Amino acid sequence: MGILELIREPWPWYIAGPLVGLTVPALLIIGNKSFGISASLRHTCAMCLPANIKFFQYDWKKEIWNMFFVFGILLGGVIAFSFLSNPDPIIINANLKTELASYGITEIYGMLPEQLFSWENLFTLKGFFMMVIGGFFIGFGSRYAGGCTSGHSISGLSNLQMPSLIATCCFFVGGLIMANLILPFILSL
Amino acid sequence: MNIKDQNTDFETRSLDTVCINESQLEHKWHHNLKYLVIGILFGIVFIKAEVISWYRIQEMFRFQSFHMYGIIGSAVVVGMISVFLIKKFNIKTIYGEKIEFHDKTFNKGQIYGGLIFGLGWAITGACPGPLFAQIGTGATVMIVTLLSAVAGTWIYGYFRDKLPH
Repeated sequence: MGILELIREPWPWYIAGPLVGLTVPALLIIGNKSFGISASLRHTCAMCLPANIKFFQYDWKKEIWNMFFVFGILLGGVIAFSFLSNPDPIIINANLKTELASYGITEIYGMLPEQLFSWENLFTLKGFFMMVIGGFFIGFGSRYAGGCTSGHSISGLSNLQMPSLIATCCFFVGGLIMANLILPFILSL
Repeated sequence: MNIKDQNTDFETRSLDTVCINESQLEHKWHHNLKYLVIGILFGIVFIKAEVISWYRIQEMFRFQSFHMYGIIGSAVVVGMISVFLIKKFNIKTIYGEKIEFHDKTFNKGQIYGGLIFGLGWAITGACPGPLFAQIGTGATVMIVTLLSAVAGTWIYGYFRDKLPH
């Protein structure tokens, strides 16, 4: 198997996880930056619509590195998708497959089910919940918590911060509640 | 450097210490390209390890797969070891600056906000990083989700003083 074929395969957790972890020292060493992504949402607010809100009154130009970083993530998405895509269909857990089929979601390929996440669905009740309300929760919740999975769960835990452990547990509890108790209702809308 | 540069929003940051820019150095804009490169590599890992996959997130929250636990767990272990080594050997940045760490202070936002974030994470199958990567893979509708996340951030900023912390 050639190198390119190997890269195209889905990467196992024990390769990907350490690479994600190495982002923490990489950003610290190249510029004293704490790894975090949701701050970019705050910088966007500060840049575009600070509206005299104190929370958005700061020198966002000093944080512009963060915007370069997240734009890089987007470009990484373009590159991986264009040149390194896995040609094989995605394999998911059989129970999940059965559950999704019961909501009519049978086209399992790519990263997101197109039957849920698409422009056509955006104006349905289900689509509105999944794309608009979901996004709102991500933005509101991560800022309220003072960080997201990167800032708290990776960066914060790496620095042994108790508040980050609390936040991470709450992220997880929220996710368990949504995936197991609320999402079934949304999916059957 | 005057005091204004150092303390632009100190009070706000005392509650919200994530993503602080520790460096006091002034650089030309192109120095930011190195963050772009790290971002690109990070985005590729996200896609190739299917971290941005809605299905993998659903499996995680249903305890149907070890994959995401393995990624987050090993990332944290590698991060912890890195931070430990940086502190122990007093490793400097490439510009010779001392690497700073900030302790986070607990507030109730980490609980309320954390729970709300978790709800959003499980619906969309994405946290903020994967959102950017998903858009990159051509899921253009996720731009709406990203804008909605920006709106959520703005609404939080607007009501911040009234929310329990």
